[in-house]
Amino acid sequence: MSPKTLYDKIWDAHVAHQADDGTCLLYIDRHLVHEVTSPQAFEGLRMAGRKVRAPEKTIAVPDHNVPTTPDRVNGIENPESRLQVEALDRNAREFGIHYYPVNDVRQGIVHIVGPEQGWTLPGMTVVCGDSHTATHGAFGALAHGIGTSEVEHVLATQTLIQKKSKNMKVEITGKLQPGVTAKDITLAVIGKTGTAGGTGYVIEYCGEAIRSLSMEGRMTVCNMAIEGGARAGLIAPDETTFEYVKGRPHAPKGAQWEAALNWWKTLYSDDDAHWDKVVTLRGEDIAPVVTWGTSPEDVLPITATVPNPEDFTGGKVEAARRSLEYMGLKPGQKLSDIEIDTVFIGSCTNGRIEDLRAAAEILKGKKIKDGLRAMVVPGSGLVRAQAEEEGIAEIFKEAGFEWRLAGCSMCLAMNPDQLSPGERCAATSNRNFEGRQGRGGRTHLLSPAMAAAAAITGKLTDVRELM
Amino acid sequence: MEKFEKIHGVAAPMPLINIDTDMIIPKVHLKTIKRSGLGVVLFDEMRYHDDGRENEEFVLNKPAYRNAEILVAGDNFGCGSSREHAPWAIKDFGIKVVISTSFADIFFNNCFKNGILPIVVEQDHHDILMQDAHKGENARITVHLEAQEIVTSDGVVITFDIDPHRKHCLLNGLDDIGLTMEKAEHIDNFESQAAQARPWV
Repeated sequence: MSPKTLYDKIWDAHVAHQADDGTCLLYIDRHLVHEVTSPQAFEGLRMAGRKVRAPEKTIAVPDHNVPTTPDRVNGIENPESRLQVEALDRNAREFGIHYYPVNDVRQGIVHIVGPEQGWTLPGMTVVCGDSHTATHGAFGALAHGIGTSEVEHVLATQTLIQKKSKNMKVEITGKLQPGVTAKDITLAVIGKTGTAGGTGYVIEYCGEAIRSLSMEGRMTVCNMAIEGGARAGLIAPDETTFEYVKGRPHAPKGAQWEAALNWWKTLYSDDDAHWDKVVTLRGEDIAPVVTWGTSPEDVLPITATVPNPEDFTGGKVEAARRSLEYMGLKPGQKLSDIEIDTVFIGSCTNGRIEDLRAAAEILKGKKIKDGLRAMVVPGSGLVRAQAEEEGIAEIFKEAGFEWRLAGCSMCLAMNPDQLSPGERCAATSNRNFEGRQGRGGRTHLLSPAMAAAAAITGKLTDVRELM
Repeated sequence: MEKFEKIHGVAAPMPLINIDTDMIIPKVHLKTIKRSGLGVVLFDEMRYHDDGRENEEFVLNKPAYRNAEILVAGDNFGCGSSREHAPWAIKDFGIKVVISTSFADIFFNNCFKNGILPIVVEQDHHDILMQDAHKGENARITVHLEAQEIVTSDGVVITFDIDPHRKHCLLNGLDDIGLTMEKAEHIDNFESQAAQARPWV
């Protein structure tokens, strides 16, 4: 048998039909659904008199629109947001799919809830009408975002029409330096490959630095595969994965667990598998990084200065010029001199317990800079409960952070958590696009530990100085 | 879905690279539960000032381009969020073809589901088309899907590649779900085999 990559193996195990031109029907094991990209899909089913083919494999949770303030138990004030969440309530009930409503303690960001509840397992195909579905690749599951028409297609047929992507290997060798995290890895990779570097590929992340990451860290890395343009990111499952999955509510039990484990252990890329593209970074060379512009590829070590647009080539010159104007920055300015107004810790990239621990470690016994707005939004109700149990919530509150309920929040600002024009934010989320966190808002992406450091000093800060 | 007919129309130039789906349609407009009516907020934050007035500098607000049917855009168009509201807004505005040197994967897929043709061309062809688009409303570009050809206002012919299945669906206005439903037997078979092989799923 010819050698295969991990992607090849998962793909081959899910092809339900292949046409002569190579177009495949890929069977979908898990379909995650949220309130923003699904109402038109359910409406489409209703209009055509169709059902959800596999409601037992379909899991819905509202996350994008939900307020994160305690008063949300009284209902959602914004009428449009309320309408979308009510539509999801109704659709989940009518079509009989699994559902975690707003006030369920298990509610949270869909990409945090899926793994937490054991819905996401190695070797699965996972889709969601959300580009950050790539997160689930951390389990060695083929997971990617789809549009609403495809959401409707999966609801109706439990398959997707797909052509196979190419294989790309991203290897991070060696060990990370103190203060460097999974977020720095994933941003550094995008800084190197560019936001279109992964277009047409599925990335497998490997190497010692990846193996050493916890599941939380691996999810952070895969989460941003989409920011590098890739269809999906993957990490081969290992003992760390199995340990995380075991005992979760929807993970297999008993004899099924043993059978599953036997298959999962075959899910790795063969030694002599073919790679269409290979990128290698030395773990030791990765520094704590921040973004300076309005594309996730605009990444530099915190010790660097704002670049000069003229030093780029092609279309990037104009794009960088526009970015600096939008961001209110000047070439040559030290990144560590940039003052911020706001700190946001949360999102499907960095809203898990380990992220909150890393930030709390830096914040312990300290206060945020006077006048700064700082909020931490746990990725799920269960992450929030665990943080409260561990005393982390108290550290945040004593430091001056607002301690919120779970949701996507200021990552995309569909709920009331938004930046004002010109407001500058150090954010642990995944996109620094123009207007992403609120019209005119300015976003610098960084790790939770770096966000905590910025909260203390009021400017972008090298976390290593506070360790 | 409507059949994709030959297009002969004005092409609007947007040379900026990495135009993301937040730019194409900001999140404040994602709260709808319908697909229609989003054309008016296409490129909202670039197209309108904070007070809601039109930004005269923005290409689609210029008289020559208000009825553009083709967009010639910079590299990596449509990156970011998977929101299908982006192609819905583009379609609703009246744009039926987007031409770039590359597209983000999910956006590219989403276009075909909505009868929009995204075309990838090489840089030198892109330069020619961008130049043509800058000429304004008197320089109409023709896009002929059947022949896989773009013809500039000067008569330069540029051919392009397209996946045959997608071409077939666009030309005939075919609905994916209907086509897949015809293969239900294959899905049933796969499902029962998979249930044996991986009963824990």
